[in-house]
Amino acid sequence: MKYIDEFRDGAVARGIAAQIAREVRCDRRYHFMEFCGGHTHAISRYGVTDLLPPQVKMIHGPGCPVCVLPIGRVDLAIRLALEHRVTLATYGDCLRVPASDGLSLLKAKARGAKIAMVYSAGDALELARRQPGQQVVFFAIGFETTTPPTALVIRQAAAEGLANFSVVCNHVLTPSAITSILESPEVRQFGTVPLDGFIGPAHVSTVIGSAPYEHFAQEYAKPVVIAGFEPLDVMQAILMLVRQVNDGRAEVENEFTRAVTREGNLKAQALVGEVFELRRSFEWRGLGEVPYSALAIRAEYAALDAERKFALETRRVPDNKACECGAILRGVKQPRDCRIFGTVCTPENPVGSCMVSSEGACAAHYTYGRFREIAVQAA
Amino acid sequence: MTAMDEARGKPVKAGYVRPLDFKHGRVDMTHGGGGRAMKQLIEQLFAAAFDNEWLAQGNDMARVRLPAGRVVMATDSHVITPLFFPGGDIGCLSVHGTVNDVAMAGAVPVYLAVSFILEEGFPLAALKRIVESMARAAREADVAIVTGDTKVVEQGKGDGVFITTTGVGVVDERIDIGGARARPGDAILLSGFVGDHGMTIMSTRESLAFGADLRSDTAALHGLVAAMLAPVREAMRADPSRGIHALRDPTRGGLATLLNEIAGQSGVGMLIEEGAIPVRPQVEAACEFLGLDPLYVANEGKLVAFVAPQDADTVLAAMRAHPLGRDAARIGTVTEDPHHFVQMTTRFGGRRVVDWLTGEQLPRIC
Repeated sequence: MKYIDEFRDGAVARGIAAQIAREVRCDRRYHFMEFCGGHTHAISRYGVTDLLPPQVKMIHGPGCPVCVLPIGRVDLAIRLALEHRVTLATYGDCLRVPASDGLSLLKAKARGAKIAMVYSAGDALELARRQPGQQVVFFAIGFETTTPPTALVIRQAAAEGLANFSVVCNHVLTPSAITSILESPEVRQFGTVPLDGFIGPAHVSTVIGSAPYEHFAQEYAKPVVIAGFEPLDVMQAILMLVRQVNDGRAEVENEFTRAVTREGNLKAQALVGEVFELRRSFEWRGLGEVPYSALAIRAEYAALDAERKFALETRRVPDNKACECGAILRGVKQPRDCRIFGTVCTPENPVGSCMVSSEGACAAHYTYGRFREIAVQAA
Repeated sequence: MTAMDEARGKPVKAGYVRPLDFKHGRVDMTHGGGGRAMKQLIEQLFAAAFDNEWLAQGNDMARVRLPAGRVVMATDSHVITPLFFPGGDIGCLSVHGTVNDVAMAGAVPVYLAVSFILEEGFPLAALKRIVESMARAAREADVAIVTGDTKVVEQGKGDGVFITTTGVGVVDERIDIGGARARPGDAILLSGFVGDHGMTIMSTRESLAFGADLRSDTAALHGLVAAMLAPVREAMRADPSRGIHALRDPTRGGLATLLNEIAGQSGVGMLIEEGAIPVRPQVEAACEFLGLDPLYVANEGKLVAFVAPQDADTVLAAMRAHPLGRDAARIGTVTEDPHHFVQMTTRFGGRRVVDWLTGEQLPRIC
C-alpha cells in the first residue's frame, strides 16, 4: 500500500534500531511514555519493543479515549437508551466498555436498547434526519482528534433546527492529562516513576499543533517528540528522544512533519472554541478528577446538549478495588503487575478500562505480547 | 346472452391457481401455511430451479444412494446483509458454505438439504434470484439439492431470507483429515488472498461505500481439495503421517481464528510470517481505513492446509495449478507449544501473538 508500506519497512526499522543501539549509553536507562493509544497499538502490533535495546523502556500512557471514559458516563449513556428510549449512536470502541451492573452498551442493546454503531459524528446526524420521530443522541468521545467533527454536527443540527438530535459530550484534552501525569506524586515528588520523555500524539497534534507541548518541555524539563502512528514513526521518535536525553535537551521536536505544524489546524480550533467550553473538572478513569481537562457544550447550543435536554447527572462509580488501571495509566505499574491481569480481567471479560480497547495497555499486552512472559519452545 | 351467462358457459379449470407473480409479488404468510400457495411456491420456484429426480417425487424426505466410503455431514446457517453483494449473494453462499465444510474432510460433497426462513413481504423477484443462484452453484459444484423446507415469519421477525443448508458427502475410508491432526513441523499452506469477502460485505453496507474494487471470494472448494489430494492420496492411504493432516476454510473470524482453533484442537503452536500472507492492496487499504486487521476478516472461498513437511511442496504446487489456488502461499509452520499460541513474525521484524478475536471486530476511533 503506497504511503503506508514505506512507514512499515522492516529493513529501515532495523537500520534505526541499530542507530538507537549505537547511541544509547550503557550506564543509563531511558524511560519514554507514549501518550497515545495509537502508539501503544503500533508498538504492540508490530513488535517494536523487540527491536529496542534493553536500556530503552516504553511506558504506556492514558491516551486511549475508551480507557479513560469513567463508568459513570457509560452508565449515563445506558440510562439514556434504556429509560429515555433514545437511539444512542456511538463509535464501535465504546460498545463493550463495562459499566455498572454487569452492563455495557452492547448488553443494553440485547435488553432492547436502541444502540447504533456509527463511523462518524456525521452518520449520527444522518440517523436523526432519517427518523424525525425518534430522539437520537450521539455519545461523543475522544481527544482533540474527534472533537471538531462533533462541533461540526452540533453547528449543523442547530442550523437545521433539528429537534430530535443531541450530543453527550465526553471530549477530553490531551495537555491536561499530560500535566496530571507530570504533577502526580510518583513522578514529581517521589521520582518512583522515571520518565525521561514523551512520544507526543499524532492525530491530536494535527489539530492542536505542537505549541501546546512547549510548556512541558520548559516547565517539567521533559523532551517531547511528536510522532505519527506508523511503527517507523515510533522508532524514529525514540531515536530523537534518546538524542535529546543524551544532549541534556528538553525540547518539543516534530517527527510527524507530514501532518503536524506548530500552530495546528486553526479552523478546527476556532470551530471547537465556538461550540465548546472548558469543564471545570472531569473524571478520567484511572486519573480521577482532572481540572479543566474536558469540554462541555456552550449555553448557545444548550438545545443540543443531551445532558441538559434530558436533565442527566453523572453518578460517580468507583473502579473495582483489585484493578490497577489507574496506576497503569499513570505509568506507575505495568499490566503484569496487576493481580487480576489475564486471570479475572481479560479482553473477553474486561474489569478495568485498560483491557477494553485494543489501544489499552492491558489489552495490547494481552493480545500481542503475553507470550513474552512464557517461554515458547520452537519446533 | 349476458356476460354472466357467457362466463357460466366456460369450462371451470380444475384447481386453477394464478401463477406466482415473480415480477411484483411478495412472500405472504400463506406461502408457509401448508396450503395451495405453499405447494405452488415449492413447485414453481424450488422444484423448478433445483430440478432433480428426488424433488420431483414430492416427498418430505429424499431416499438416496451414497458411493462407498465414510459419510461426512455438515450444516451451516446463512444470514447476511446485504443479500446481494459483488461476487455473489446469499444463495450461492449457502451452497458454497456447506459444500466447503464437507470438503474440509477431504470428502466429495454429493447431496444438500435446504431450509428457508422467509420474511413476510419479501419480494418474490429477489427470492427467485436467490434460488436460481443456489441452483447454479449446486450444478457447478455437482451436488443435488434433494430435500427442503420453507417457513414464513411475520414481517419484522426475520431479515428477508435465512437459509440453512445441510450437506452430505463421502470420503475414502483411509483418508484421515481433521482439525486435531496438525503436527509440529507441518507446513501451513493458504490458498490465496485473505479478507476479500468480509471487506466486500463491509464496503457495501450503506454507510461505508468505499467504491473500491472488491469482490467476495465465495466459491466451492472441493475441486481444489481433490486437486490437492490427487498427488498425495496414495501416500496418505499407505502412511497416515504423510500428506494433508488438516484442512479448514477461514470463514467468520478469518485466518487468525482458524489458526487458533487448529492450534487448540491439535495441541500445537504456530509460527506464521506476516509478509507471506497474501492480502490485496484494496483490502489492506480498507482495513487500514477502518482500523481492522485483515487476519480476522471473513473469507468464503479460501482454505488452509496443514501438510506433512515432505509433501508440502507437492501440495503447494497442486494448489497453484488449480484456478482457486493460483495465489497459494506457504505462510508458516506448526510448532510445539504447550500454550498453543499462534505467533507471527511481523513484516517490521518484531514478533507478536495472533490471538483469538475478542467479541466482534470493531473499527477503532483514533
